[in-house]
Order: sequence, then C-alpha cells, then structure tokens
Amino acid sequence: MNYSIKNPLTLLLVLFLCTCVPAQNPTPAARQAAPLAVTGVTVHVGDGTVIENATLLIRNGKIENVGSNLPVPAGYETLDASGKEVYPGLIALNSQLGLTEIGAVRATNDQREVGTFNPNARALIAFNTDSQVIPTVRARGVLLAQATPEGSLVSGRSSIMQLDGWNFEDAAVLADDGIHINWPNRNSYNWQTGDLKPNENYDEQVRELESFLEQAIGYCGRPEGEGSRLLKLEAFCEAIAGNANAYLHADEARNIQAGVLLMKRIGAKPVVVGGSQAYLITDFLKRESVPVILSSTQALPNSQDDAVDQPYRNPALLAEAGVEFAISHEGYWQQRNLPFVAGQAVGFGLPYEKAVEAITLAPARIVGIAADYGSIATGKSATFVIVNGDLLDMRSSVVEKAYIDGRDVNLDNKQAELYRKFTEKYSRVTR
Amino acid sequence: MSIRLWPATVLALILCAGYARAQVTFPYNGVYDQREGHYAFTGATVHVSPEQTLEDATLTIRDGKIVSVVAGGAVNAGAVEVSMSGKHIYPSFIEVYGDYGMPEVKEGSRGRGTPPQLESNTDGAYAWNQALRPETDASALFTIDAKAAKTLREAGFGTVSTHHPDGISRGTAAVVTLAESNDNEVLIKRNAAHHLSFDKGSSGQAYPNSRMGEIALLRQTYLDADWYAKQRGEETNLSLEAWSKLQDLPQIFAVDNWQDALRADQVGDEFGKQYVIRGSGDEYQRLQPLKASGATFILPLKFPETYDVSDPFAADLISVGQLRHWERAPGNVAAVAQAGIPFVLTADGLEKPTELHDAMRKAIEAGADPATVLAGLTTGPAKLLGIDQLVGTLEKGKLANFIVTDKDPFTEKATIYQNWVQGQAFELKPLQSVDLADAYDITLGDSKFSANITGDPGSQKMSVSPAGDTTTADVTFTESGGVITFRFRPGKEGGYYRINATPDGEGYTGTGRDPEGNIVTFTATPAKATKAEEAKKDEKKEDERPEYKSRLTYPNISYGLTEMPEAGKVLFRNATVWTNEADGILENTDVLIEDGKISRVGKDLSDRGAQVIDATGMHLTSGIIDEHSHIALSDVNEGTESSTAEVRMADVVDAVDENIYRQLAGGVTTSQLLHGSANPIGGQSALIKLRWGATPQEMMFEGADPFIKFALGENVKQSNWGDMNRVRYPQTRMGVEQIFENYFSRAAEYGRAVKAGENVRRDLELETLLEILNGERFITCHSYQQGEINMLMELAERHDFRVNTFTHILEGYKVADKMAEHGAAGSTFSDWWAYKFEVNEAIPYNGALMHEQGVLTGFNSDDAEMARRLNQEAAKAVLFGDVNEEEAWKFVTLNPAKMLHIDDRVGSIRTGKDADLVLWNDHPMSIYARAERTYVDGKEYFNREENEARRTELLAERNALIQASLDDKKSGAKTQSPKGNSRRLLHCDSVNH
Repeated sequence: MNYSIKNPLTLLLVLFLCTCVPAQNPTPAARQAAPLAVTGVTVHVGDGTVIENATLLIRNGKIENVGSNLPVPAGYETLDASGKEVYPGLIALNSQLGLTEIGAVRATNDQREVGTFNPNARALIAFNTDSQVIPTVRARGVLLAQATPEGSLVSGRSSIMQLDGWNFEDAAVLADDGIHINWPNRNSYNWQTGDLKPNENYDEQVRELESFLEQAIGYCGRPEGEGSRLLKLEAFCEAIAGNANAYLHADEARNIQAGVLLMKRIGAKPVVVGGSQAYLITDFLKRESVPVILSSTQALPNSQDDAVDQPYRNPALLAEAGVEFAISHEGYWQQRNLPFVAGQAVGFGLPYEKAVEAITLAPARIVGIAADYGSIATGKSATFVIVNGDLLDMRSSVVEKAYIDGRDVNLDNKQAELYRKFTEKYSRVTR
Repeated sequence: MSIRLWPATVLALILCAGYARAQVTFPYNGVYDQREGHYAFTGATVHVSPEQTLEDATLTIRDGKIVSVVAGGAVNAGAVEVSMSGKHIYPSFIEVYGDYGMPEVKEGSRGRGTPPQLESNTDGAYAWNQALRPETDASALFTIDAKAAKTLREAGFGTVSTHHPDGISRGTAAVVTLAESNDNEVLIKRNAAHHLSFDKGSSGQAYPNSRMGEIALLRQTYLDADWYAKQRGEETNLSLEAWSKLQDLPQIFAVDNWQDALRADQVGDEFGKQYVIRGSGDEYQRLQPLKASGATFILPLKFPETYDVSDPFAADLISVGQLRHWERAPGNVAAVAQAGIPFVLTADGLEKPTELHDAMRKAIEAGADPATVLAGLTTGPAKLLGIDQLVGTLEKGKLANFIVTDKDPFTEKATIYQNWVQGQAFELKPLQSVDLADAYDITLGDSKFSANITGDPGSQKMSVSPAGDTTTADVTFTESGGVITFRFRPGKEGGYYRINATPDGEGYTGTGRDPEGNIVTFTATPAKATKAEEAKKDEKKEDERPEYKSRLTYPNISYGLTEMPEAGKVLFRNATVWTNEADGILENTDVLIEDGKISRVGKDLSDRGAQVIDATGMHLTSGIIDEHSHIALSDVNEGTESSTAEVRMADVVDAVDENIYRQLAGGVTTSQLLHGSANPIGGQSALIKLRWGATPQEMMFEGADPFIKFALGENVKQSNWGDMNRVRYPQTRMGVEQIFENYFSRAAEYGRAVKAGENVRRDLELETLLEILNGERFITCHSYQQGEINMLMELAERHDFRVNTFTHILEGYKVADKMAEHGAAGSTFSDWWAYKFEVNEAIPYNGALMHEQGVLTGFNSDDAEMARRLNQEAAKAVLFGDVNEEEAWKFVTLNPAKMLHIDDRVGSIRTGKDADLVLWNDHPMSIYARAERTYVDGKEYFNREENEARRTELLAERNALIQASLDDKKSGAKTQSPKGNSRRLLHCDSVNH
C-alpha cells in the first residue's frame, strides 16, 4: 500500500514539524497579547445551557463577553470557527496525572507515600509539569486536573493544576484544595481465591481514623505557640475549619453514610469520591448537601447481581435525584478519555449538557474554583476548547484549539510527534 | 442352651474383656483367652440391605463375622442372647472417601517472598514433579487413630477407604475398619483405589500452578508411563512404575465443581479411564453432561449454612447464585438420583462426621429416597471398592459391622446405641436408655404437679411445676435400669421431695419422702395427647414443604437462562446494514436469518413465519470478535517454565463467568481466550462463541484452526515481578530469543526422530511446537517493542514459518512495513500506553499506521471491561489517524476473524455466514450506541428489554431467598456470616502463587 499525502500543506507541516520540534514537551503558551474574538460557534456553557451562533470575546485572559451573534469590536483578532463547538476546558478530578509517568517504573511513581496517615503530604510538590503524558491529555480537551495522592487511610492533599505550566508553582490554580481520606473497606478481598469477607479490622480502622481526627480538632484549637508542631495534625486544620474539602473515597452506601457523618461531626465539608453505590442513598446525600465525584462510568458492575450496565447509569440516576455530582476517570494517561467517560452516561439516560457540566462546571464548583473556571461566562478565565465535532463522542471529537487563561495552548505532544516521525519514514519508502 | 442377659450387662462384659482377636502370627502374652464373641441379637428390625428388612429378626455373629440373620429365629446354642427388642440394626456405613489414620498434609509453600522452587524436593528415584505421588501406599502409612475412629463410629461408620490426600496422583487407598484391635486386623484391603485430584497438596514446586498445567501434567504422565514401560535402560522411575501398577484399580478423582468434573472426565476419556468423581455438591446444576460422562459420583453431604443476612448491606456480599445454592444443595442427591446418575455418598467435607445424620435427613427431606441413601453409604461403596464380599450388608459371612439404633435414622432423629466393628462392640449410648420425653401429671401424696421431660434419651432433663402454677423447679433426675430417681424443691425455699419410682405400664408409680420426711405415694401419668399432637404437627410440616424460591438457570448465577434460546427465523427490516463486504454500508436494508445462518440480505424481503424486527433507524452489524481475551477462564498463566506449550486453555474454559453475558451486552460474539504472557511460549489458545448458558465444550468454535500464545518483553523476563523472581530463565531479551531458537530446534529434531520411527517419548510440548513448524498451529504473540518484533519474525523465517498475529504490538507502527512483508497481523489496543517502560513509545495512531502499511489490523481488549465497548475503541482509529469508518469497524469484526482464520464463518454480513449479529440503536461506533440485541448462531443471547425484565425478576428472587434465610435463622438454623466471591479479573499477567 502506498502512502501519500494529498494535501501539500499537510506535507509542509509534517516536514516543518519533523525537523523543528525537539523530543520534549512544547513550550508553555505565552500570555494573551491581543484581544480575540471567536465567532460562529455553538457554546456549551457548562451550566446546562447552550448558546448558538455565539461570539466569544476574550481579553487579558478573561472572557469579556459571550452571546449570540455579538458584534466584534475593532482591534480584535478574529477566529472564525463557524460550525464548531466550544466547551469549557475539562477538569479531571481524582487524577494522578503529573504524579506518575510510567506505572511499572517505581522511580517515576510519586503518588503514594508510606504510612497510614499522610494528611501532610502535598501532591502539589510532586506534580511534574514536564511529564510527557500531560500534553497527550491536554490535546483531548482536559485543561485542568486535580493532582491527587493515593493509598493509606489518609493519602494527602490534592491541588488543582492547569496543564500548561513551567513548574508546579505557576501551574497551581488552587493549592491544597482538600485532604483525601480512604474510608476503610468493610470487606476484605482475597485475590487468590476471590473470597470477599467482612473485614475484621473495620471497626478498629474507623476508630483509628476517628481518634486521629479528634486529636486534630484538639490540636487545631489550641493556643498558638503551645507545644510541638505536629505536621500531620496541623495538615487537617484547614479541612476542619471548612476551608478545604474532605474528600471521602468510598463506594459502598453505608461507608458513604458513615464517612459523611464523621466528616460533619468534625466540621469538615465532605465530598464523596467513587460513590458507585451513591445512587442507593440519594435522599441522604441531598439532605446532607454532599456532592459526589463519581468514578469512571467505564467500569464493570460491582457484583454479579448488579445491573450489567450499572456504572453507565449511575450519573443519570444521580441527576434524576438532584444530587450534585461530577464524573471522573481513573489514572493518569487514561484522563484523555475523560470526555468519553461522560459521553458514555449520555447513552444511558444522562442529558447531554448535564454530561458536559459533570466534567466542567460541576467539578469547578465542587473543588472551589467555579468563580474563575468551569463555564463559559463573562468575567471568567478564558479556559476553553474548540472542537470540530462532538467532544464527548470519539466519532468526531476533534479538538482543534485550546486556551488556558486566554493563552493559546500548543496541542502537540510526544505521540503526535512519533506519528509524524513514522509517517515520514513510510513516506520515504518507494514501493 | 443360651444365656439371657440384660444388654447393659453384656456390653459391660464385652468392654471389660477388651475383646479383640489376636493375630495368628503374633505371640500371646499370658493365658490364652481368645473368645469367640458369639452373640445372638434378638427381636430387632434388621435392615439386611437397602432392599431387605426383617422384622423381629435374630442376627447372630461369631468370630467377628455374621453367622446368620433370620426372622424370628431361634438362638444358637452357645450364643449370648442380647435382646434388641424395638431396636433397629443396620449395616454400618462405609466411608468411601476418607483419610482416617493418615499423616497430616501440609500445603506446600506457594507464597511470594521466596524464589520459585523449580525442581522436586522429594528424595529418591521418583517423578520429576513433586505433585505426582503414585508410589504413596495408604496401607503403609496407616495406623489406628483412636480419637478419629471414635467420631467416625459415632456417625455410624464401620469401614473407611482411606488415602493420603496429597498431590495430583495420590497413590492407593487402603480399606480399614474402625475397630481398635490392631493395625494388622483392621486393615482389610490394600490397593482399593487410585486417588487423583487437581490439587498439588504439599508440593511447593512451581509447576503446575494452574488448572491447565495440572491437566497437562496428568496427560504427560499417562504418556510417560507408556514410554517408560517400553524403554530399557534410559531411566529408573519408581513413580512411573507405581503409576502403571495402579491403573486397573478404581480411579477416584476429586473435583471442586461440575466444570472440573467434566475436565477430569475429558482427560480420562483421552486415556481410556473412567474416573469415579468425588463431586462437589453442585452436580444438580448441570446434570445432563455429567450423566453423559458415564462417571459414578461420590457425593458430599456438606450443605451451605444459612447466610446471616440481617444486615442488608452486608447481605449484598452474597450473590443470587450463592443463595440459590444454599437453597438447592440439599436437593442435589435427589436430583442426581432422578437423573439416573450412579452415586455413593461421603461424609467427607462435613465439619464433624456426626453431622452426617442431619445432612442425610435433609437430603431425604429434599426428595432423596431413604433406601438409596442407605445404599449410598453401604452397598454402593462396598461394590465400588470391591469389598462387597466383606461389608455393606448383614449377610452370612460378612464382617460383623453394624449399628443399633432406636429409630429409622433416615427419616427421624435417631440415637445410635452401639456400633459393632468386626465383632468388637462400641457403646455410644447405654442401650437401656428409655425415652421419657413427655409431659406428666404427677400426684405426690395430696399435692399435684405437672412435669416435663425433654432431651435425648440417656441425657434427659426434667422440670416440675405445681399444678396451675407456671413457676418451674429444676429437678435432679436419673434413670437406671428402669428405675427413676429424682428430687426437687417446689419453691425457692423449703425442703426437697425425693422420689423413687418404677414403670407401671402406663406411667410411673413409687414412693417418696416429702420435705418433712413423711413417706408419700407417687404417680406420674404421661399426658399422651401431647405426643399425638406433635406427630400431627410433623405431618403438617411434611405437607407444607415449600417449593423452591430460587430458579435453576444456565449457568446458575444472575442473568443465567432458564431455557436455551433457539435459532428461529428472524427478519430485520429496514436497518442500516454494515456488511463488511464489497457492498459496504447498506441503508434501508433487510436481513433474514434462519437455522443459525444469514439467509438473505436485500430490500423489501418478506418471509412468512419469520419474526419481524423493525430496525428502522438502527444499525445491524456482524458480532464483535475479541482477538485477545481472558474472560471465561479459570486460570490464565501457567508461566512457571519458559515454555508451557503443552497447556491448553480449552481445558479451563469457565462457562460460569458473568462477563460472558456482560460482553454480549456490548455486542461481542466470539472471543479468543489466550494464555497469559508470563513466559515466552505460553499455552494453546481456546476460541469460543459466547453461547451463554452452554457448557465449556459447547462454547468452543467448531473446527477453528489451533493457535498458541507466545510473549516477549517485560512480562516474560519477569521485569515487574519483584526481586524474588530472578531465577527462571530468561531474564533479558537476549535470553528470550535463545528460548525460541532452542525450542524450535528441539521441536525439529523431535519431528525428525518421530518420522524416523525411533522410540521417542511422546512429548506434548515439543509436539505442539512441531505443529507450528508444520504450519498446523498458529502464533498469537504478545509483543511491544520493535526490536523483539523483528527478532521473532526473523527467527520464524529462519525456521520457515510465519508469525500469524502480534498482539498488543504497540510499536507495530515502527515496523509495519516489515510486518506487512512477513505477513503478520497486528492486534493492538487503540490508545493504551505509559503503564510500563516498554510501552513508553506507544501511540494511538498505531492502528492507523499499521493499517496504512497493509498490515491486517485489529483492536482487542485483554480486559473484561473494555471488551464491552470495543465498538468505541474502533472509533478511536478514526479519531487518531483518520481511518475511514467502514475500515475502522473491521478492526473489531472482520479483521480479527481473518486473523483467526474464521472469516469464512463470521466477521461480515453475507448470505451463508453464521448469524452472529448485533442490532445497535445508533451508529455502532458512537459513544451513544447501545447493543439492543445480540445473536450468536441465530440465537438471541441478549435483548436489552428482556435484560431489564430479568433484572427485576432477579431482585424479586433475591428478596425471596433473603426472606427465607431470615426465617431459617429465626427458626434456629446455624448461620454463617456473609461471605461473597468476586471474580478476579484476569489479564495477561495474572499469575497464581
């Protein structure tokens, strides 16, 4: 089979990039210089609404205005994107992006600290802006990520990062947005036999957590300067004061309930992460006003008796019940599939704009950055993507442009580069 | 003349004498006093055999053997007569599957934390594999274990066939009685059976660590023994010699579930062996194929205890499948009997042998015939073990092995008073124990009381309360030789009444002293009415035996089928049809299927009698074919050696995997089940159609070419297995190449030797590799980096064959031109990368680049979750690399069919092909698409609407079973805390340790 490039422009581009782009991540985009008008687009606002034939005016990294057929003021660069779709930049919650590079290579793993209580550990510090995985995820419309530690009873603190930074300091959008607590599992699983038995240490583990939190309350309330500084207890003060989220990783309904009640008792703001059985206790979640970050829809049912498509339906069930929720996906490189994980729920009853909201404005509200991010609204950061098609459906999810704080992000990445390199190889072969 | 004695006296005499026959060859210490033990048991109901019962019979024994059994017979001169009036005498039970008197088996170390043990630790000229122990001779290991013997006798056993349950071949069983005289006397038969299993037991040797490895080892052992018998001077192997000697014995094979039973039977068939299967109690779930196996089953009577489901969330751990088994397990014996499958019974698996009685009554309540149960514990085992001349019935000449009970133990809770073994008596309960249980009206002088006696005879308790009062007083009460003695205090204070009474025909009469010391008369009249009432209640209970609340489905778990679907005539009308043929995608087109095949494709078709499905707005495609799957398997990796070409995934297909159904819901119809990637040369692949509900055998894709899994890179060199795994060759890519070079060279030499007619040991591993060299078997090779891909293609070319498919092949894009030239297909992931070092240069454009270079390209799952949406994965070839949609769709349908050489049967919509079809509600490559109906062979195995209905039914069934469990708990059933089982999802690198 002969390989041919039909479009001479593409050929030029291929040659240009092959010779000029070095094998490392693209340079972070520069601050927005000239004001920009994006015209002729359909805007998926992120709050459930849609603006047709929209014009988006962007100035100094902010959305100056957005509306149907707005006139473009003089002095604005115009990007005619007629027929294309605009979405807020997607936000990947509960992600290890930037914390690990190659799963099986221990030297590249920085997401899991040793010990039972690690509230003081900060994912922010380990976040590697030079991860070669980040640009591949960014190219799919994911522009913000919650760098989240894993493991232990308390894994540590996450931070919200934008995905086009020089280093963790300028990449941080919201440092230490919350503490991650892994609620003890009531069942213990023997991977060799497949046996699932009640975890005999469950009560003890819960008491251990309770006791730790009680001590943290005491510690955080004591007069300044008294006693030694204890980093682990101190790390909880912000959460206890309600200034940072308490991310409660729990799937089973009764674990969610027990965890939420404990968090409320210590004055913290619980956010459920995982929540595969949240659909069973929607009244409880509404009464307690607790939002849920659902784990991936692209998962198998928890048990043999569950509906075969239970994880696909979960978002729709929460939406119908009126529970505040976001949709997340597992891991690091996998985050590039976040739009599809949301799209999956649309096939099983979730309204389309609700699915968009679940990976844009809902995450922003939950983590506390909705004043600036998560939707396309006047005054907010100009963080959005332009898609030639439907972002949530792989059939046409062609992300053409992405802006973070008005900066025109380079969507190139290592994988695209390798694609060009070997396209080049085969273009040289004459057969 | 006979001497008539009270039984209690007899027993006392016997026990005092320490009755035991001396062994002829043994010296005798003291004055010779070897008595004959000549007894006549009269007046009993003697159950001679399951078929014959004699009322008021006399059983005479002498010298440990039965002399005669006659109805109403006279007592032989010289015999001690023992009145057994009103008692039942049964042949004592035979435990056909025991380990009585055997040394304990310690499971071998298989944990992480130690380097793998590559060789056998058994000293001596024995088998290469430690799990092969045919030389084990139970008779040589046996010694009397008084404590264990006692518990077995308490359950009614008199004879045990015992074996050392250690290893895959466990050597021979020995038949012993439960007498305690001496080892020489109780050992009544050596070499009663050869025992086998799928359990390595104490072996810590790495190989085999999977079911297919265990099966392969068995196969090779049969062949090795054949070869060994013919060879001269090549090797001495005591295990193989022992193995050959025990081939004519009954072959008893222990299994864990009905699928293992079929697997064992399959191996037996290959080598002309009919195993007796030590079953697992789930036989009722699949009676027909088990019957067809021709095996006799040894059925356990261990039934699951009631689940304690009081905590609704904890109850979620238990599946409907488990609840169903709880309800139906007691009915297993009846179901097996009804199906006409020959069986015997074992107490093996019960926590205590004495649980046997409750268990067998449960089985009878659930429909088993009492005579059949008795036979299953007596004549059946005797025949099976070839000891029916010695035990099993109460006939002349047989061993005096029998039990004495008060009632029929098969229908009522009975007391075993005595268990005689080889004429040696063991008293379990004093024979004269009278059942006093009843309510009594008592007169004591002028006072009236009411009394209650409860409990089992021999250990009964009495309580007394003044007439018209409900306060009860506990009573110190004894019964001996018909005389009852008791004392009680009516109030909290005051003195005691003391009474002594004897039976007066109706109740008891006697005298006593009141608290003041006055003599008073005593009468106790039984309130007979209560007994009648109880009997009535029992009867009522019998009538009200509930129907099963659970359903029996195929397989017997959630979403199983109550009946198998049939291939009807179906007309899909007005669909968008993705033909995968020259016709491309046809709009507004009809497709007719009949007899499992696609019969017509066209416009405006009509057919009388066809079920018409309006497919307007829907898409009809051929079923998805997953080239790389590990669902529906019991194990994935043998992997303990660098080559395990001899293992077959077809041996371990698991038809009870819910993922089969889940994948039908994602439009998958055919899956290639691959060995894992733990070693360079893995096992032989299995190709199945997702015929949910069928047996493993019935799922196999008929007539498909055989394949084998190879692997390269990090997994085979154990890069990510931790520091303990650094001894098995190879540990580098250098070594990987040499393994292949070595094995193919050896396979070629093997082939030449076989061709030359030399007496070569038939080697299943080299034979498999030779098939590759001969172009009769094809390789699917797990691979990532371009260097190793080149290596294997060059190596194959040197040995004059071709690599059929590279799977994973994430760097295929770097060598796509060479692959195309070699003729290798590429079955890859759409977008996986970064999970290990060798996939650091994987790109989602891989599929597109390979496709453009002319490589036959597909996407596979290697994952039970992703397999449910391979349609979406195909779309990623459009997103990354612009493959046109029609071609991208073939990545998950026609192309894998071609890779597997089954494109003449499946992979496209063309007249004459298999009707393996999926009806989608939307464009099949859209994220929004749902498979609405999935057909395999024209049979509808998934229907989304029906799936909803089934889910509702399942919830109702689940609830009914949970309510039944709660009722059972309330009525005092022993319960177990909820314990579930969650299928371990198997991937390429899943290994058992």
